[in-house]
Amino acid sequence: MTLVVAGAAAVYTLRIADDCLVLSHRLAQWSSWAPALEDDLALTNIALDLLGQARGMYARIAELDGTGRSEDDYAFLRGERAFVNCQLVEHENGDFATTMVRQLLCSTYQLAQWQALTASTDEQVAAVATKAVKETAYHRDLATDWTLRLGDGTDESHRRMEHALAALWPFTAELFESDAVTREVAALGVGPDPGDLRPEWDAYITRVLGDATLPAPEVSWRPTGGRQGLHTEAFGYMLAEMQHVHRSFPGVTW
Amino acid sequence: MSEETPAPLWEVFIRSKRGLSHNHVGSLHAPDAEMALRNARDVYTRRMEGVSIWVVPSAVITASSPDEKDSFFDPAADKPYRHPTFYSIPKEVQQL
Repeated sequence: MTLVVAGAAAVYTLRIADDCLVLSHRLAQWSSWAPALEDDLALTNIALDLLGQARGMYARIAELDGTGRSEDDYAFLRGERAFVNCQLVEHENGDFATTMVRQLLCSTYQLAQWQALTASTDEQVAAVATKAVKETAYHRDLATDWTLRLGDGTDESHRRMEHALAALWPFTAELFESDAVTREVAALGVGPDPGDLRPEWDAYITRVLGDATLPAPEVSWRPTGGRQGLHTEAFGYMLAEMQHVHRSFPGVTW
Repeated sequence: MSEETPAPLWEVFIRSKRGLSHNHVGSLHAPDAEMALRNARDVYTRRMEGVSIWVVPSAVITASSPDEKDSFFDPAADKPYRHPTFYSIPKEVQQL
């Protein structure tokens, strides 16, 4: 089943919401698996923040596309091709280094995005953004801290961080792609064109990687397509796990 | 991770609101003070429990010994005059 949203503002908002939801679920998959209880709680705390952000945005999208659908409809009743999150957020957790690098790359992007969205002409989006800025600043802090520790840590942790960066770096190009939707939305003042977030992202990531003694990898390829509903193989499995309870027992509550 | 030496233990103190003192809430493991503070935030203040956190290495705490319980604490047992029970407390005083 696919649920398609109509209108540039709704599509744009859906991209942001899907980024939050998918990353949230990936982090939630760490629950009870993190290296220590403290890290377990830190990761699931971030997952809950992201889930809250996604919910705020889904509620708004239902109004924007005029369907009045519920948050569950967006989260649990859309097929893979109807999700418009970037491919970076769906990347498998891998080891702790991979999760932390992914978090650094995502949170830095999301923080710049939420900061710009606080000035959105859409008041509801601006309200979600105002709350999200504080949360996301903490996510970026935590990921930065771990990047410095692991990058500038032991030989083993440094090796793992380099490996994670090499695997994830190609997926960052997609974050900053502009298209007709983003240009229309930017012109309306609803939100920033992703391309405009690049200088801030570049400056922060370059500084952190430098401090962590991690060289930025060469870009070997540029996967893309997430915003058009094209996803990596791993995403289908993640979605099946995330949706199967809701689909098996429609409307179930507890 | 479990086979390795666990990170040092830290005691966590949280002040729930202005005007109150920090209370001991528990302990956690962390490699250093900065991470201990971050972990304390995630483990102990998720439900808005506090406005301020202290973390202290458990190793630096000097504790009274259970063996000395009698000489330490019993002498206070029969001295009720040390309790300020003879004063009336104004209603406005919430915390004492």
